[in-house]
Amino acid sequence: MTTSITEMPKAGYGAAFIRGLKSFALLRESWVGMVGAFLVLFWVLVALFAPLLAPFDPNSSIQPFAKPGMEAIKTGGTFWLGTDHIGRDILSRIIWGSRTVLIYAPLATICAYTVGILMGLAAGYRGGWVDDVLSRIADIILSFPVLVLYIIIIATIGASGFNIIIAITFASSPGIMRIVRGLVLDLRNRDYVAAAQTRGESDWRVMLVEILPNARGPLIVDACLRLGYVIITIGVLGFLGLGLPPPDPDWGGMVNETRQMAMAFPHMTLFPCIAISSLILGFNLLADGLREISLRD
Amino acid sequence: MVTLIAKRFGFMVFTMIVVSLILFILLETDLTGDPAIRVLGQFSNEEQRELWREKHGYNQPMLLRYVKWLGNFATGDLGESIRFKGPVADVMLPRLWNTAILGFWTFAIMIPLSLTLGVLSGMKEGSKLDRSISVFGILTTSVPEFASAVIFSALFVFTLKWLPGTSSMSGGFEFKQLILPALVLIVYDFGYVARMTRASMAEVMTSQYIRTAILKGLPYKSVIVKHALRNALIAPFTVIMLQINWLLSGVIVVEFFFAYKGFGALILEASLNNDIALLEACAMVAVCVAVTTQTLADIGYTFLNPRIRFS
Repeated sequence: MTTSITEMPKAGYGAAFIRGLKSFALLRESWVGMVGAFLVLFWVLVALFAPLLAPFDPNSSIQPFAKPGMEAIKTGGTFWLGTDHIGRDILSRIIWGSRTVLIYAPLATICAYTVGILMGLAAGYRGGWVDDVLSRIADIILSFPVLVLYIIIIATIGASGFNIIIAITFASSPGIMRIVRGLVLDLRNRDYVAAAQTRGESDWRVMLVEILPNARGPLIVDACLRLGYVIITIGVLGFLGLGLPPPDPDWGGMVNETRQMAMAFPHMTLFPCIAISSLILGFNLLADGLREISLRD
Repeated sequence: MVTLIAKRFGFMVFTMIVVSLILFILLETDLTGDPAIRVLGQFSNEEQRELWREKHGYNQPMLLRYVKWLGNFATGDLGESIRFKGPVADVMLPRLWNTAILGFWTFAIMIPLSLTLGVLSGMKEGSKLDRSISVFGILTTSVPEFASAVIFSALFVFTLKWLPGTSSMSGGFEFKQLILPALVLIVYDFGYVARMTRASMAEVMTSQYIRTAILKGLPYKSVIVKHALRNALIAPFTVIMLQINWLLSGVIVVEFFFAYKGFGALILEASLNNDIALLEACAMVAVCVAVTTQTLADIGYTFLNPRIRFS
C-alpha cells in the first residue's frame, strides 16, 4: 500500500507542496499559529540535538531524590529540574523523551493517514457497496470509547512501540476515512476529475493525483490536531503503564513511575506534564492558525 | 421517524454483535496468544494449562463457545472474575454507580459552562471575547487529563492544601474527594463542547432570519434568546451526547490517578491483571453505553430539528 505513495507523480504534489509552503509563510499573520509553530519547532530542535543538550545520561542513576537546582555531588553539574526516585536527571529524561514522542507520534499519524486516506478515497470515489462496507466498519470502530479500544488492543498484543502504532492506526484511521470520504464526495464531480476520467486514467491515479491534492487543506489542519491527539494518547498509555517498556524515557511513563512520590516530590511529575502539554499545545495552536488562514482565502 | 428509529436500533444491535465477536476473537481465541497462558501466566506448565482449558470449556469448537458465551452474556451471566474472586456483575455494578456519580457532576457543571462560553463567543465571531475564549479552550484541551491531574494536585493539594489528593472514598462517600476528578474531566472537555457550540451559534448568527430580526428593530437580547438560541443549541445536543463516549475514556485516566473506585479504573485493572471475563464484561458495557448514547443522539437530533423531522 505504501508503494503507491512513493510512486506518485511529482507534478501535482510539487505544486501542492509549494502552495503548502506559502500558506506556512502566511502563518506570520496569525500570532496564535506563530506561537504554535514556535513551540513545535522548539521541541523538534530539542529532539534533534538531544545528545548535545542533555546534561546527564537519561538512564543512569546518579543521585536519587535531588530537588530542582541541586548540585550533583559525585559527577559535578546541576540537576536543573531535579532527579527522580532512582536518581535519573529529569531534564535529561525530558530532553531524550522528546525524541520518543516525536518519532512515534508522527509515525503513527502517518500510518493512520495512509490507511484512512486509502479507505476514504475508495469509499468516496467508488461509492456503492465499497462505501457501505467501509463506512459500517468505520462506524463500529468509532463506537468504541477510544481508550477502552486501546486498552483491549494493547492487552492482547502487548505493549511496544510497534504495537502502539498499530493500535493508533486501527483506532484513528476510521475518523480520517470519514473526513476524506466527505471531501471526495464533494470533489469527484469536478470538471478536472471528469477530464482525467475521459483521458482514460486509472481510478487510483485519478484519486491520488487529481482528487487528493485538492483535498489537502482540511486534511493538513486535521493532521495537526490529530498529531496533538496522538501525543496525548501515547502519553496516556505511558501513564497507564501500557506504553513503551522502560527504561527509555517517555513522558507519560515518567509520570507513572513517580506519581507515588508526587506527595513529597511534585517536581518529578510536574515537569514531564509541562513538557507534554506544551508540545500538544503547539500542535493545536498551529492547527488553529492554519485553519484561520485557510478560511481567509 | 419510526423507520429511522427502527433502523438506528437495528444498527445498534448489529454493532453490539460485531463488537462481541471482535472481543471474543481478541480475548478468547489463540489468534493473539493462548488464553490459558494469559490467565495462568508464562510460568504455568502444559498440564495446568490443559486442566484449565478442560475446566473452562476451551477445548470445544470455537463457534459453539462463542454462541454459548453470547448466550450467557445475554441472560446476564457474565462469568467469574479471577482478580476479585466473585461474579463479574457483583464487582461491576457498584463501580458503574460510582462512575455514574462522577459523570453526573462532571456533566452538571461542564454543560452549562461550555454552552454559555460557546454562545458568548459565537454571538460576535472574531471579537476579542471570542478569540480569548477559543484560545483558552485550546489551552485547556491541550493538557492531557493525567497532566492536569498532576498540576491541580500540585496546586490544590500540596500548595494550598484545600483538597484531598486521593478519592478512594475509604471512609464513606465524601463530596470533597469528588471535586478534583470532576475538575480534571471538566477542564479537558469543556473546550471542545464550547467550540462546537460556538460554530453552531456563529452559523445561526449569519442567517437571514437573524438579520431580519435585527433589522426590524428587536432588542439584541431578545434576538439572541428567542431567535438564535433555539436553533443554535440543536447541534451541541449531539455533541454533548457523544461526550459520554469520551467520558468513558476520560474516567479511566482520572479514576486511576485519584484511586477512585469506578468503572474506568476497573477496566484498567481487569486488563493489567488479565482478568478476561471482567475485561469482556466491562468492554461490552462500555460499548453498549457508547452505542446507546450515539443512537439516542441521532434520534434526538432528528426530533429536535424540524427540517429533518418533517421531510
